[in-house]
Amino acid sequence: MVALVELKNLSKSFSDRTVLDNITLQIEEGEILALLGPNGSGKTTLLKILAFLEKPTGGEVTFQGVPVTAKNVEQLRLQSAMVFQRTMMFSTSVYNNVAYGLRMRKMPKTVIKEEVSKALSLVKLEGFEQRSAKNLSGGEQQRVALARALVLKTKLLLLDEPTANLDPKNAAIVEDVIATANRELKTTIVIATHNMFQAKTLPNRIALINDGVISEVGEPSEIFSRLSKNLASFAAVDNTFVGTAETTADGTTIVDIGNGVRIEATAQRSGEISIFISPQDIILSKSAVTSSARNVFKGRITSIIESGSLVKLTVDVGQPFAVQITKRSFSEMGLNLGSEVYIAFKASGVQVV
Amino acid sequence: MNPIIDGVQKAFQLIFSGDPTFYGVVYRSLFFSGVATILAALWGTPIAMLIGLREFRGKTLVKSFFNTMIGMPTVALGLILYLVFSKAGPLGPLGLLYTPAAIMLGEAVLVTPLIISITTNAIEAVDPEMMNLARTLGASESQTSIAILKEAMNGVILGNIAGFNRAVAELGVALLVGGGILGATDVLTTDISLYTQRGDLGLAIAFAIILLLIVFGINLIIMLAKKAKILLTFGRSPQ
Ligand SMILES: Nc1ncnc2c1ncn2[C@@H]1O[C@H](COP(=O)(O)OP(=O)(O)OP(=O)(O)O)[C@@H](O)[C@H]1O
Ligand SMILES: [Mg+2]
Repeated sequence: MVALVELKNLSKSFSDRTVLDNITLQIEEGEILALLGPNGSGKTTLLKILAFLEKPTGGEVTFQGVPVTAKNVEQLRLQSAMVFQRTMMFSTSVYNNVAYGLRMRKMPKTVIKEEVSKALSLVKLEGFEQRSAKNLSGGEQQRVALARALVLKTKLLLLDEPTANLDPKNAAIVEDVIATANRELKTTIVIATHNMFQAKTLPNRIALINDGVISEVGEPSEIFSRLSKNLASFAAVDNTFVGTAETTADGTTIVDIGNGVRIEATAQRSGEISIFISPQDIILSKSAVTSSARNVFKGRITSIIESGSLVKLTVDVGQPFAVQITKRSFSEMGLNLGSEVYIAFKASGVQVV
Repeated sequence: MNPIIDGVQKAFQLIFSGDPTFYGVVYRSLFFSGVATILAALWGTPIAMLIGLREFRGKTLVKSFFNTMIGMPTVALGLILYLVFSKAGPLGPLGLLYTPAAIMLGEAVLVTPLIISITTNAIEAVDPEMMNLARTLGASESQTSIAILKEAMNGVILGNIAGFNRAVAELGVALLVGGGILGATDVLTTDISLYTQRGDLGLAIAFAIILLLIVFGINLIIMLAKKAKILLTFGRSPQ
């Protein structure tokens, strides 16, 4: 494999604070690399350096073997495009948003028109051209942002938490587009993510980043098996637990994750394993309802974070679980910090990593 | 008969008469203020972009300087400009004193701090990450600045309207550097002052009504625009 970008002993500090520390990493041509790390670990900063938007304070960045300098940085920016963590729209139409980069590249009008409509159909927003970008829903805006970057067909695409604030339907569209771009345009993609599941299915390689240091790089299967313990202790990953598994008589597995929390899973495993439950698969209720869910726990809400149309809650049932619900249900249920709630999820929703 | 009622009556006769001398004054007022606003925008906008987009030492000082200058009494500025344009002054040889050019330049200077302050605020209100957005999409540094200016367009337009408003309504500069020469450099405000002194209240009131209509009209437009958000979307359509 050929390296598209090479980072050598890269570091970045803001005033006195070291945010990235001695990072050496090769991004290979055509791969999807996931940067997995907790809040504040330096993912966004690293992506901005890869987008040539932020200047490292130490070390070297080379793009296709060429060192990045103040002189060639504007030229190099044409080879990479970043989609930001916080979606930003120019206050104009969707068409003008997606066409922006092509206009900067002085493409002919007819080509721009064609490319914009192709890019919009890729993100399933056909016919949205004349809509005002700022009036779209959060999910639609995020897809416009993706189309706006994809349409440039840059060698390198940098995606900062591309699905973090999306509902499952929008997230699926975005993941699909990412995979398509990588497969058909051979775009090299770096994704910063918190989402364990995304990190498992999409990328060819995963780099774990913590406190500005890359601790592990490897294939997902490798990372998830060899490092399962390390991973679970990794604050980045919601709803990942290490526990001891025992198979039951009816063919399921009980995983004791400590503090009296015993989770039933369908996978047949025993011994020490790591499990993951997607926040979207967890159902929240105010009382214990009878359902087919094999796992029901009672707990209290310990944190509430609003993001877009969703609300992310942490429910402590002995172990902290991240749960996602819509803003609407959140207000309809009249929930508060400290509210007593039940969480439920199916045994089949428990993934062994 | 009451001179005030008489004046109001005469004023309405004038307004509806279509009298060319009367409307010449209205035209000059709008034209001089319009050119002054355009001039101030031409040099004020780049300055506002520098202040709004760059980090430099003394930035707060520069900003508070322009903020203070907004409150400059127009007669004081008029006097300073009179000295600049007068025969012995630095621009004396140009012979601009008591010409339309002097009024337009003078009013441009007057409204510059206002336009710079409002435009700077509008630019600073734009998410600074927008610059990175434009850059990553391939914009050069100057194209990036233009993208930010476009995002601030609402505020920029508002600043220019406010500048025009101030230019139309001020007296000090127009009188001191324009001289209020009838038919040449007189504008609404200088004529209101002149005819009031002469006791010709009809004309004075007529000019004042027009001036108020212009100022109210401008503010009405701003209000409606804010309501309809027509200033929020702009830019070329693909066709
Ligand atoms: N411009 C800046 N000036 C000062 N500190 C900064 C700046 N940008 C980032 N930082 C700091 O650098 C650290 C890493 O930030 P960064 O945004 O890269 O983290 P992250 O991994 O993307 O986090 P998150 O998951 O919350 O997005 C943080 O502590 C942040 O406060
Ligand atoms: Mg980040």
